[in-house]
Amino acid sequence: MSEEILICRCQEVTEQEILDAIADGAATVDGVKRRTRACMGLCQGKTCGRLVQQMVARGTGKDPADVPPQKSRMPVRPVKIGVFGGQDDA
Amino acid sequence: MKTIQTDVAIVGAGSAGLSAAYQAATAGADVLVIDENRLPGGQLFKQIHKFFGSREHQAGTRGYRIGQELLSRVEKSGARVWLNTLVYGMEKDCSLGVIHNGEHYVVRAKKVIVAAGAKENYMAFPGSTLPGVMGAGAAQTMINVNRVLPGERILMLGSGNVGLIVSYQLMQAGAEVVALVEGAPRIGGYGVHAGKIRRAGVPIYTSHTIKRVLGTNAVEGVEIVEVGPGFVPIPGTEKKFDVDTVCLAVGLNPMTELIWMAGCAFCFLPAFGGHVPLHDSNMETTVSGLYVAGDVTGVEEASSAMEEGNLAGVAAAESLGLLSPEQAAEKKAEITARLNTLRSGMFGERRRTAKEQQLNSMKHYRAKEAE
Repeated sequence: MSEEILICRCQEVTEQEILDAIADGAATVDGVKRRTRACMGLCQGKTCGRLVQQMVARGTGKDPADVPPQKSRMPVRPVKIGVFGGQDDA
Repeated sequence: MKTIQTDVAIVGAGSAGLSAAYQAATAGADVLVIDENRLPGGQLFKQIHKFFGSREHQAGTRGYRIGQELLSRVEKSGARVWLNTLVYGMEKDCSLGVIHNGEHYVVRAKKVIVAAGAKENYMAFPGSTLPGVMGAGAAQTMINVNRVLPGERILMLGSGNVGLIVSYQLMQAGAEVVALVEGAPRIGGYGVHAGKIRRAGVPIYTSHTIKRVLGTNAVEGVEIVEVGPGFVPIPGTEKKFDVDTVCLAVGLNPMTELIWMAGCAFCFLPAFGGHVPLHDSNMETTVSGLYVAGDVTGVEEASSAMEEGNLAGVAAAESLGLLSPEQAAEKKAEITARLNTLRSGMFGERRRTAKEQQLNSMKHYRAKEAE
């Protein structure tokens, strides 16, 4: 069966690409993210982050308790860049 | 950029956030509640079914009525509610980055209560990104808030209370629920909800999962398969259904981004949906002055979210000196007793144990810190 499964729909990252990243040494969600761009789209991992956590735990044999979500950074919601630096702030 | 000062800032105007706002504002605190949605109430206004439990938890009252009553109490309490407003981040000092009416604000509050709720779990299978595959909660918002039917023929995956209740509400809204599919060998939610589905003639397939969703540009069908021990699909047991919508009711997980950002300590509790922040019996986290309430502390339901919100609101008001220790102790004892009732019995047992573990982890954390 060769039907593709998309894990990160925002960045169109497939299940196989994530498995490859784990085989390449990714042992955290951030490791997968840096290699594949999973969790880096519009939703910032709100959809796929959980699945990536589970895949990392399974693929590395880690306890799921030791695979936290990706590191949280601002902005956690999509924000127009102009709000931070409009013409008035120039 | 503008700076706003307030006594208490609350992220989320759902069951927990509004309850916290009511408690803190009636004690005399200056309260600002922030929510990204157009309407307050979180999930409460989507709940057209009658709640369970005891009379003090308004059993027999429909969820949206409880929401209306809570909202009117909050309005009278003097708390400010900012809607359509994003909280995009939190600093280590708990100041909040906020976008309100297209403008950038920094909200500095003496106490911050995060009541951000939970988000739906996603499941990946071939075709899972086709239009027509959606969370059961999304479908519920469409029918009960926006009055739009997501599809005509629907397959529901997941037989917890969300899957059962939303299936029934989809039928009430005029859709046909073709099948309800559950990966586990038994139905997850309350028998009373499952009974309604069965009496309506919907087949329930336990020990089954979705193999793939079929379609070119939208959902045209779905194939399910029986699973054996370890959820391994059994070849040859596939069944196809002609549907235009597939709803996923496969659990929720807490929206903890802001709490991680503030540097709170977490523990892992699968019964609560994964990693959850440590908190004490006042709902205060390992970061002083930062409180949590509702599903963000571990996924439960609306009644316990309201009580956790009450607790956080009272505790925040107490630490601001607006309630005497005696006044606060009395209120907190009443709320805690009601919370314990909610976490008792056959269905509450798992959550009660998880909450105990969470509170104990907090005690260990503080003991270690004091060393």
